Amino acid sequence: MEEFLLIFRREAGAPETPMSPEQMQAMMKPWQDWMGGLAAQNKLVSPGNRLASDGRVVKANSVITNGPYVETKEAVGGYIIIKASSLDEAAELSKDCPIFQMGGNVEVRTVIPMD
Amino acid sequence: MQEAELIPHLFRTEYRKIISVLVKKFGLEHIETAEDLVSETFLLASETWGQKGLPQNPTGWLYTVSKNKALDFLRRSKVFSDRISNELKQSTASQYEPGIDLSTQNIEDSQLQMMFAICHPVISPEAQIGLSLSLLCGFGIEEIADAFLTNKEVIYKRLARAKEKLRTENVKIELPGPTEIANRLEAVLTTLYLLFSEGYYSISQNTTLRKDLCLEALRLTLMLTENEQTQTPQAYGLLSLMCFHSSRFEARTNQNGEIILYENQDTNLWNTDLIEKGEHYLNKASTGTKLSKYHLEAAIAYWHTHKTDSIEKWENVLQLYNRLLMLGYSEMAALNRTYVLSKARGKAEAIVEAEKLDLNSNHLYHSLLGNLYEDVNNQKAIEHLTKALKLAKTTADKTLLESKIRRLSTQ
Repeated sequence: MEEFLLIFRREAGAPETPMSPEQMQAMMKPWQDWMGGLAAQNKLVSPGNRLASDGRVVKANSVITNGPYVETKEAVGGYIIIKASSLDEAAELSKDCPIFQMGGNVEVRTVIPMD
Repeated sequence: MQEAELIPHLFRTEYRKIISVLVKKFGLEHIETAEDLVSETFLLASETWGQKGLPQNPTGWLYTVSKNKALDFLRRSKVFSDRISNELKQSTASQYEPGIDLSTQNIEDSQLQMMFAICHPVISPEAQIGLSLSLLCGFGIEEIADAFLTNKEVIYKRLARAKEKLRTENVKIELPGPTEIANRLEAVLTTLYLLFSEGYYSISQNTTLRKDLCLEALRLTLMLTENEQTQTPQAYGLLSLMCFHSSRFEARTNQNGEIILYENQDTNLWNTDLIEKGEHYLNKASTGTKLSKYHLEAAIAYWHTHKTDSIEKWENVLQLYNRLLMLGYSEMAALNRTYVLSKARGKAEAIVEAEKLDLNSNHLYHSLLGNLYEDVNNQKAIEHLTKALKLAKTTADKTLLESKIRRLSTQ
């Protein structure tokens, strides 16, 4: 079994309206179900984190700009770590990710253990 | 209670109390002596009570006899010269009696301290649980071997090594400092959780033994929540979980000790007092920021005290299982989540998820698939139930599966 980082991207710049607790819960539910399903297969290594859309990009010469989306149209919205027997299986496991309902995508990367 | 049942019962409830007090008095280096003294006391009880009939107060009898035996030992042994002679020198009384304090307060203090001494990080978690079963629950070597699915030799060696380690590391029977309490509490809670599970899920048909075990685990956990230093939200969560589960004790087995499934239980036999206690402790657990598996399992158990099916109930339970699995994987949680998914979202969705689980050597996995495929694809249902039957261990499980296969085959 190897570990894989799943990076969730979605379109940047979409206006973020504050959500009510009920809306928040409704938004989280598909994610909880999907990750619960991965965990039930014993394939979830870490439930990771969600990331706020606000950010800073720091470049050489101490140039700091607002937002991570200067050059890409998509922003990272969150990540988790899973385990699978191959990159193909990891990609297969990502097919039901709720990010696709939001017009986003998943990038699957193999984690290289540091020893 | 009949005499034949009384002694094993007292052994499970009183052994650990007397042992804790004696070991605290003698020091951990004399565990074996304490064990011998208490075993002798129980042996004498079964002889004497068999001949002369039960004393009026059997527990009091056990305390008096073990106390006298302990005092004899203290007077005769090196412990007396080493430890007690100092006290004696300072004592003004001409007739000094070394005390063996079997008051409720000292029994509770000693047991609490004993729990923390046993769950010392110098010994392995397996040995911690083994020693707890032995010293805090009065389990015999054979029963512990059964619980660990191994043989007596292995357990005997494991316990002997653990006791030796506690001796050489000079572990004291006392509550450690606040930081150390926090470190060791996790191990203490795990041990109590396993003790309870051992009683609740054991395949043994001896319901009396199992009920005693659960109650003992419950009492020890209650003790943790009554002490200011150990009353953490996690401890309350565990206590709540135990109360909810115990509330169904009378309803979950028939007179022959066979399991009655949740769906078929008579809710009139559920203990409402324990359910209320469970809710009370769950509220007490709802402080702090750390959501432990005890919180989640207690919340799941809370929903199970509502027998009426509702989407709200099963959706809530599903979300709790999702979080529980994200905290840590277990086959049981994975199977339960899938069952709950079928209740919340229907069989079709649950079958897809169940097929992904890949727990082919687990008979409960095939039982689950059998139940999910029932009325969807009866041929598949029978295939899985037959696989489950081949893997099932207890007669109760086999009988249940056989009747189900028969019913589906004749449809």
